[in-house]
Amino acid sequence: MNFPSELKYTKDHEWIKVEGNVATIGITDFAQKELGDIVYVEIETVGEELAAEVVFGTVEAVKTVSDLFMPVSGKVVTVNDAINNNPELVNSDPYGEGWMIKVEVSNATELAGLLSADDYKKLIGE
Amino acid sequence: MKKLVLHHKHVALGAKIVPFAGFEMPVTYEGVNAEHDTVRTSVGIFDVSHMGEFLITGEGALSLIQAVTSNDASKLGDCKIQYSCMPNNEGGIVDDLLVYRVSDIEYMLVVNASNIQKDWDWIAKHNTFGAEMRNISDDYCLFAVQGPKAKEALQDLTPTILTAMDYYTFAIDRFAGVNDVIISATGYTGASGFEIYVQNQDAEKVFDAIMKKGEKYGIKPIGLAARDTLRLEMGYCLYGNDINDTTSPIEAGLSWITKFSKPFVNSDKLKEQKEKGVSRKLVGFELIDRGVPRHDYKIVDASGNEIGVVTSGTMSPTMKKAIGMGYVTKEHSSLNSEIFVQVRDKNLKAKVVSIPFLASAVK
Repeated sequence: MNFPSELKYTKDHEWIKVEGNVATIGITDFAQKELGDIVYVEIETVGEELAAEVVFGTVEAVKTVSDLFMPVSGKVVTVNDAINNNPELVNSDPYGEGWMIKVEVSNATELAGLLSADDYKKLIGE
Repeated sequence: MKKLVLHHKHVALGAKIVPFAGFEMPVTYEGVNAEHDTVRTSVGIFDVSHMGEFLITGEGALSLIQAVTSNDASKLGDCKIQYSCMPNNEGGIVDDLLVYRVSDIEYMLVVNASNIQKDWDWIAKHNTFGAEMRNISDDYCLFAVQGPKAKEALQDLTPTILTAMDYYTFAIDRFAGVNDVIISATGYTGASGFEIYVQNQDAEKVFDAIMKKGEKYGIKPIGLAARDTLRLEMGYCLYGNDINDTTSPIEAGLSWITKFSKPFVNSDKLKEQKEKGVSRKLVGFELIDRGVPRHDYKIVDASGNEIGVVTSGTMSPTMKKAIGMGYVTKEHSSLNSEIFVQVRDKNLKAKVVSIPFLASAVK
């Protein structure tokens, strides 16, 4: 499994990439494998200010359903339209075309609490 | 937790293993959608050795089976199979099962893994006919080889002419060099194919031979996840989901296996229920709004009143539509009825559709 070192991670199996004050968020390679074939990603929180660890959406796989959690507090500014029509992109390219949302980070100090790739690998026993 | 005889083989094939019905079972290999497609378009092999098998023999065998099962096993000829269920006294179902007639004094019952002990005790309790009962569940492996290429893939392995076998018949013959293998033209997928019962000591030889012969047809191992999506597209009931100790066979749409030509456990009450009609029915539905229905989600009407419950649901890999089954009140059970499935905080629109959801390749 692949865990790019330039990304930060959460215990809830999301990844986050911060550029300026905008963070791109998705789920990890481990998460997509555990979920199996993803058939629907429901995100209806665009425009909302959400606190860290609040649910921003739900991912439906064939056999299971899982909530998606905000890695940091912020305003959801964009949803990846591509995964609306092609949710399988989350399986095939979780860190690329399968990204989920972009968030305007409201409290940059929270970023310090995120996991590095190595920390995350330890968490999942890789 | 029990392991399958070929557990090591599934691990080597890349299976993800989960606990199911007391067994460590392969749930997926390459992924549920790909495995599902393999069965619909070519051929796949499932190791479903967790299933239970009982031999019922002797002069009282048929009488015992007739007493505990809802279908009429006296209609079976040798080498014929019947889908049936065992009603309880409270209007529900102990288990659903297959009844194999080997001869007039020898039958095999194939039951769900989760119910092996419960079924055994239930049947034993009703055995006032002096039938001999033998639980051979731990002695046999069961491989389901399913898909449009199943016949071609298996034909070289046995002298039995597979194309000549009707659905729900079986042969006991040499298979992959092993004697007395049960070759059963049955399955739980709606694809054509076979279920192969083989004694544990020959299981690996048979499995390997099937994989080798199937290679040129693209045979792949298939896990429980795809078994569930395949059966659901056919509207086949899954015990524990769609039927259980509290659901009647009449409500579940299993009147076709509930024959009042002979008495059986609770037959008087079920007959009355059939004549008077039931207040709820198991229906198939597809979602119109976007989402995925799942077991235990509530079903409501347009005003939000609870009218039923989802028993099975998935995104159909073949149809790319969200489908499900559930019990709804009789008033909402007719085709095209508008119903709503509660998914998290929303009521998603759905409509009642006919089962199977997808045309079956078998009959």
